[in-house]
Amino acid sequence: MNRTFTDTAVITWRNLKRIPRIPELAIFAILQSIMFVVLFAFVFGGAIPLPNGGNYREYLMPGIFAQTIVFAAATTAVGMRDDLNKGLLDRFRSLPMARPAVLIGRIAADVTYNAGILVVLMASGYVVGWRVNTGLPELLAGVGLLLLFALAMTAIGVWLGLVVPSVEVAQQVSFTVLFPITFLSNVFVPPQSLPSWLQPVAEWNPVSTLTAATRDLWGNPNPYVGSGLPGQQPALVTVLWVIVILAVFLPMGVRRYRNMSR
Amino acid sequence: MPAITAEGLVKIYRSRHSEVHALDGVDLVVEEGTVLGLLGPNGAGKTTMVRILTTLLRPDAGHATVAGFDIVREAQQLRSVIGLSGQYAAVDENLTARENLWMFGRLYQLNSAESRKRAGELLEQFDLIDAADRVVKTYSGGMRRRLDLASALIGRPRLLFLDEPTYLEEADELADTIAVIDRGKVIARGTADELKSQVGGERIEVVVHDRAALDRAEEILARDGSGQWVLDEHTRKLTVPATGGAGKLIEIVRDLGDAGIAIDDIALRRPTLDDVFLALTGRASSGDDEAAA
Repeated sequence: MNRTFTDTAVITWRNLKRIPRIPELAIFAILQSIMFVVLFAFVFGGAIPLPNGGNYREYLMPGIFAQTIVFAAATTAVGMRDDLNKGLLDRFRSLPMARPAVLIGRIAADVTYNAGILVVLMASGYVVGWRVNTGLPELLAGVGLLLLFALAMTAIGVWLGLVVPSVEVAQQVSFTVLFPITFLSNVFVPPQSLPSWLQPVAEWNPVSTLTAATRDLWGNPNPYVGSGLPGQQPALVTVLWVIVILAVFLPMGVRRYRNMSR
Repeated sequence: MPAITAEGLVKIYRSRHSEVHALDGVDLVVEEGTVLGLLGPNGAGKTTMVRILTTLLRPDAGHATVAGFDIVREAQQLRSVIGLSGQYAAVDENLTARENLWMFGRLYQLNSAESRKRAGELLEQFDLIDAADRVVKTYSGGMRRRLDLASALIGRPRLLFLDEPTYLEEADELADTIAVIDRGKVIARGTADELKSQVGGERIEVVVHDRAALDRAEEILARDGSGQWVLDEHTRKLTVPATGGAGKLIEIVRDLGDAGIAIDDIALRRPTLDDVFLALTGRASSGDDEAAA
């Protein structure tokens, strides 16, 4: 157990070292999110009126946070695949180290990395007028929910990184799957504007429930509340999603890692 | 106790449409304190063999021990006595050399101080001390390889596995014994000298000065040699298999002299590992080296 802990710490340290060594990664991850803020707050935002006259930027920011967290899966998948390609996973597997440490260390580092990105984005949000209108406990609860979701997304990323044939494919798959998921949600536009058959998808989409939950927690406008469970209990549904995703993808990732010796 | 024992190792790679028998019943014993060169053409199974012995792959059949540890049941103990340097430099490009070595030392279960000390020693030994605190991304290929090898040595392994392209001359010089592997089987085993004599033994080559004397030279070689002579008309070179080494060489020189035949050159030629390789596999070599220490 002690071995698992120290080895995980070493692997986490090693993964986190990458951030200052390739600052471009974090910078562009943040710029991408800020680009979405600018695009929607200043370009499309005017054309998306909120009922009851809510502030669109306050409405938008929780969605941007959620969108950013969803892309954690891509970061993890690319990192995992890169380690595999460069022979590092083989080296780790040839060492007398705790086997789960490679995977746990990857997840721990990537969740930490996303927490850092989140802090920068929240500061940026503050600049464009986003506010937490409730209190510190609600702020922390919202951040906790986002990081919990980051955990689920990195678990998907671990599996994805071990399945795809190359870093490029990891990137491509992540973006083709993740972009639609973030758009088929309440992040940018009212879900009610979608065709009726897509509405339940958007309503149950974990990105929607995560966004709705943080909007509720922080007192940001959340005008499109459905009557179903995801509309009424978005935080609960988000947590359930996290549990389901972890229960499915974590064992799949672990099995994939083990089967490298097949 | 032998450093490595392998019995009937089988590894089959299955895809939807095909089955490749990468290892097809490999038996091998390597004594402690020796260097074994594992040679074979591309796709012969060398890398698969190294990956199985270093616990990266499980065999489909057969069993093997490394330093007395079973490769499947005692994999974790086994990992603590081996070092592996694979086909590419498996180091973290975003860490410095010192950080890489420290990390691998920690994962080898050395404590932090030991790990730091050992990293310092290896950086010194591998002449990386000046670049020790530079990010590996800036390293040349050669420096990366040295760091990779240093990483394999961080835990003072009892056995070192090197899976990398090797020239036959290198193998000839470094390896105490050689195993030639082809199509998943060990097809020859022995010292370089044993393999060479197994393949064809020695030959004597004579370059006759005067073309007119070739007939008489052929007669002498037919008598003194231990097989059929071969003539290369163009270079006036006669080659004959011969047993008896230098003594036979002297005898032929004397007989040619007695017959008054002038020669430009005469040599006793041993087969090279290249000859061995070609004779055994019918293909040119791309050797990998596996070393046991």
